Amino acid sequence: MPVATVAGTKVWQRRARGTQFAIWLGWLAATLVVVLSWNVISERTMWMFVEDAHVQAADLLGRMVPPRWSYMDRLWQPLWDTLNIATLGTLIAIVFGVPLAFLAARNTTPSRLLVRPVALFVIVASRSINSLIWALLLVSIIGPGVLAGILAIAFRSVGFIGKLLYEALEEIDDSAVEAIQATGASRPQVIGYAMVPQVMPAFAGISVFRWDINIRESTVLGLVGAGGIGLQLEASISQLAWREASVIFLVILVAVLASEWLSARIRHAII
Amino acid sequence: MSTVSTPAAMERARRWRPPPLIANPLLRWGILLAGAAYLYLALNGIPVNWARLSEGLERGGRFVAGFLNPNFTGRLDELVDGFAESVVMTVVATVLGILVSVPVALGAARNLAPRPVYYVCRGLIALSRTFQEIIIAILFVAMFGFGPFAGVLTLTFSTIGFLSKLLAEDIEDIDRGQMEAIRATGGSWLQLLNYGVQPQVMPRLIGLSLYRLDINFRESAVIGIVGAGGIGATLNTAFDRYEYDVAAAILLVIILVVMAAEYSSSAIRRWVQ
Repeated sequence: MPVATVAGTKVWQRRARGTQFAIWLGWLAATLVVVLSWNVISERTMWMFVEDAHVQAADLLGRMVPPRWSYMDRLWQPLWDTLNIATLGTLIAIVFGVPLAFLAARNTTPSRLLVRPVALFVIVASRSINSLIWALLLVSIIGPGVLAGILAIAFRSVGFIGKLLYEALEEIDDSAVEAIQATGASRPQVIGYAMVPQVMPAFAGISVFRWDINIRESTVLGLVGAGGIGLQLEASISQLAWREASVIFLVILVAVLASEWLSARIRHAII
Repeated sequence: MSTVSTPAAMERARRWRPPPLIANPLLRWGILLAGAAYLYLALNGIPVNWARLSEGLERGGRFVAGFLNPNFTGRLDELVDGFAESVVMTVVATVLGILVSVPVALGAARNLAPRPVYYVCRGLIALSRTFQEIIIAILFVAMFGFGPFAGVLTLTFSTIGFLSKLLAEDIEDIDRGQMEAIRATGGSWLQLLNYGVQPQVMPRLIGLSLYRLDINFRESAVIGIVGAGGIGATLNTAFDRYEYDVAAAILLVIILVVMAAEYSSSAIRRWVQ
């Protein structure tokens, strides 16, 4: 027990002196890093612009209200595109993500040494790159349009579905697997009757969850040219038509809330 | 007597089948039918420009080639600079985000905050969660000008939505006994937080903060596209110049950093919890 002697009496201390000092050093280092980082940012900032930010904000707000509601007529088609980008992208991701998860899970992979690391790398690579960056890449390769958006969403979601599903696969109850194995079932039968039913609810939940996220992300893919309502947003902002932009913001808000509500309902029904 | 006559057919009819995911057959077939109709409509509506696509295949090939042979040295200065800016933005935004999120989370926990405060904090969280980082970034760039400051504010704002929500849920789940014990000794509200709440949620707070650090770095690569600083700006330029080998180098660096951050943060979280 660490004890310090203060004026002849022993006083209990929570930590030994060395530990206390190490913790203090840790805080000092962390504070230094933050202060130095802030300095870098401060150097690269035009403080003149920051100082009149409230003026800019008021100006922006003044230009945004009232929203030009008649613009809504031209938003239905982009909204439909956005829905398609999210849904078809999720479907493609499911088609590729599910086999990937089976290749990556420790208890289903054909080879732990060869296949598993490759599958894990594909999952990490897909996950680390935001769908907007995938869109940037795909637009520059296959040209602007809805197709680039669908593929961007799919590329990003494969890793997400793969990761969550392989984790679910690794956490299943082994006794069911052993029971099926004891009947003399083949490997595909073990997977089909012991493993798939156990991860089915998780799989449905993951897919719906990802669809919800994809609706959110597909609203902005158009900013880099990959179709959907983001294209209209980009056009309105570059024309400084803030009254139209505010209609789009509201539409995005409603779409996101609706998809969140719907996915919560579906997940509630499944689980 | 019955329609089943041969032994083979009887065998088929008696065979056990796994129960379907959706029990109600009407609902099951209805969903399938609606899904098929939707797919038909959606797939018909996608314009595909095959000429542009075949032209793109060659570019795609170049990109894959660039990935296999990434060019780290061609734009080394821009790469290092953009990367450093991303790291710096991530650090500052995460720290600022934590500083603001903790009080907001306390306000958004039903077992600690009075009703009006609760609704204000939950409203703030909902606002931060509904809009994508990139939309917030557009608005902040319009207000504060181009550069990393707008990026820091964007990341801070979205950190609040994430961290406060999850932390508030954790605070709502804590063991009431410890809070009551502190209250029974006559502790003030701050002492209640310090001794009754904080020790219970600290591991979760550390874990969430590390996770958010991770996410913020990833997002910092995106918001640069609209002018909010960081490596995203460098990446955007590389794509605009069709320099796929440089773009591949940047993407590889992002993947490596995210992997490293993920492994070290999960190691730290395991050590803390």
